[in-house]
Amino acid sequence: MKFDLFTLKKYDYKKIRNLKDNAIRKILFGFGATAVIFIIIILVFLLIEGLPFFLEGDGIDFFTGDVWDPSSPNTPRYGILPMVLGTFLVTLGAIVIAVPIGIGCSIYLAEIAHPKIRETLKPIIEILAGIPSVVYGFFALIILSTWIDDFFNSTTKLNALTGSIMLAIMMLPIIISLSEDAIRSVPQEMKEASLALGLSKWDTIRGVVVPAALSGITAAIILGVARAIGETMTVLMATGNAPVISFDMLSSMRTMTATIAIEMGEVPFGSTHYHSLFAVGIVLFAITFIVNFIADRVMKRFREKY
Amino acid sequence: MKWKTIKEHIIYSLLRLSGLFIVCTLAILLFYILSGGIGKISWEFLTNFPTNGMMSGGIFPMILGTLSLMTLTMLIALPLGIFSAIYLVEYAKPGRFTNAIRLAVHNLAGVPSIVYGLVGLGLFVVFLGLGLSLVSAALTLAIMVLPIIIASSQEALRAVPQNIREGALALGSTKWETTCHHVLPYALPGMLTGSILALSRAAGETAPIIMTGAAFYMTHLPSSIFDEFMALPYSIYTLATQSSNAEATRPTVFGAILVLLLIVLCMNLVAIIVRNYYRRKYRW
Repeated sequence: MKFDLFTLKKYDYKKIRNLKDNAIRKILFGFGATAVIFIIIILVFLLIEGLPFFLEGDGIDFFTGDVWDPSSPNTPRYGILPMVLGTFLVTLGAIVIAVPIGIGCSIYLAEIAHPKIRETLKPIIEILAGIPSVVYGFFALIILSTWIDDFFNSTTKLNALTGSIMLAIMMLPIIISLSEDAIRSVPQEMKEASLALGLSKWDTIRGVVVPAALSGITAAIILGVARAIGETMTVLMATGNAPVISFDMLSSMRTMTATIAIEMGEVPFGSTHYHSLFAVGIVLFAITFIVNFIADRVMKRFREKY
Repeated sequence: MKWKTIKEHIIYSLLRLSGLFIVCTLAILLFYILSGGIGKISWEFLTNFPTNGMMSGGIFPMILGTLSLMTLTMLIALPLGIFSAIYLVEYAKPGRFTNAIRLAVHNLAGVPSIVYGLVGLGLFVVFLGLGLSLVSAALTLAIMVLPIIIASSQEALRAVPQNIREGALALGSTKWETTCHHVLPYALPGMLTGSILALSRAAGETAPIIMTGAAFYMTHLPSSIFDEFMALPYSIYTLATQSSNAEATRPTVFGAILVLLLIVLCMNLVAIIVRNYYRRKYRW
């Protein structure tokens, strides 16, 4: 054994290979951890920059105040309510428009459409999903707003309804592709059993397929809502950005995302105003986190079912 | 019975109509963008600097800014995303830490883009002192597209059949050799597809770069990655909303949108072609 150079070498070679393999395993572990590190960094930085605002004593007014006027020289007011309401109403409008069309389209794609039509519609939906939000925003600003103005005779050209319609169009690709997946994953046997019992195709869809896929469709809608809440450029360009409390969909509104985008460029670093925008960011982060969490739960339940 | 058939016909037409709505939306959108922008596209428009308050001249610095931002973003995000995915699919054992990674990836994907902008400003621009620069914006966008790249790479790796791995391991190769020589080559096209889609998303993203380095107007090209830059989406936004003479800059905006759309849609198209080609090539 002592003189057998060949086996010694072979043994060393194997050792080196194993060492290398272990080293790579450790390096890859480091890469795997990046996502965790990033999410922690995001949380930490939002808190570091946002908490000083609450510590300065405006915390209660922040959540209950109905005036957002940070640039007032004497009494700056930081009430987030107008923006929360703006985000809520614009999103609600988008849901009302997008949900029926989205569900209808996904049923059509999954159950009714001829395979050839399906093959052409799917890329169209993908393209819609790929169009940058600033392009949607521009379309809303230049073209859609004049249509709304002509049709409703609104007082302001840029209003919540314009934003809602645009957001609905941006939500649709998510809702359609995820609901279609959900509808398609309903087992074939269930449909066949229903048809064998003499139900028509529509009755099967309405009575068997859609109820069976309902939790998947719900998750798709919630994910679409999360996207709408977090969307910035479209609402920034479409809704007119007046931070006032109003329930009129034809009046100008401002969302949380738009507030951050508009004001971040103008505030001095470290001022109360600067920290207040991070506080808005924390609220926004918390809302989308909760909405995504709910979607995740619903989706999990759907996956476990089938 | 007859009423029922009529009812079904009505319902089916409504469902078809919702499909038609999607087609019409895209058609209207593309029609207005094309009719507004096609006359503006010329060699001069693509290769010249803007002049006269961006009412005339070209959009070359914006195109270059967007392309360099995309390249830099990919250089950062691609290795991170692909290696994270390899770890998650090939190496990670089920446990608390793996769950934490999954949860983190999932949550990163749900964070609104404007929040990435805030964090990019706080972390890269101010805390790390990179300033308003190309590299700050690219780092911000890289974190933003990371979950997309990880998710699509994971999917591509999972699609490689288990018996290929078992065959390689049975012949005595180590875990890394198996992954590198026998799994990655088959998963790479899928990973590429997802990455191209992520890249196209980064190209059109506006909100994060507003705060991390995009400039409204510059007379020179960025001299290094630590310089500010002009980018197509940001210029579209500022010219459309804050220009002193909105009517006069409109053709430039339309042209810029058309160029941005072309970049984004071309990448989408490439991704779809790559996917379809390899889907046909490897059928397990």
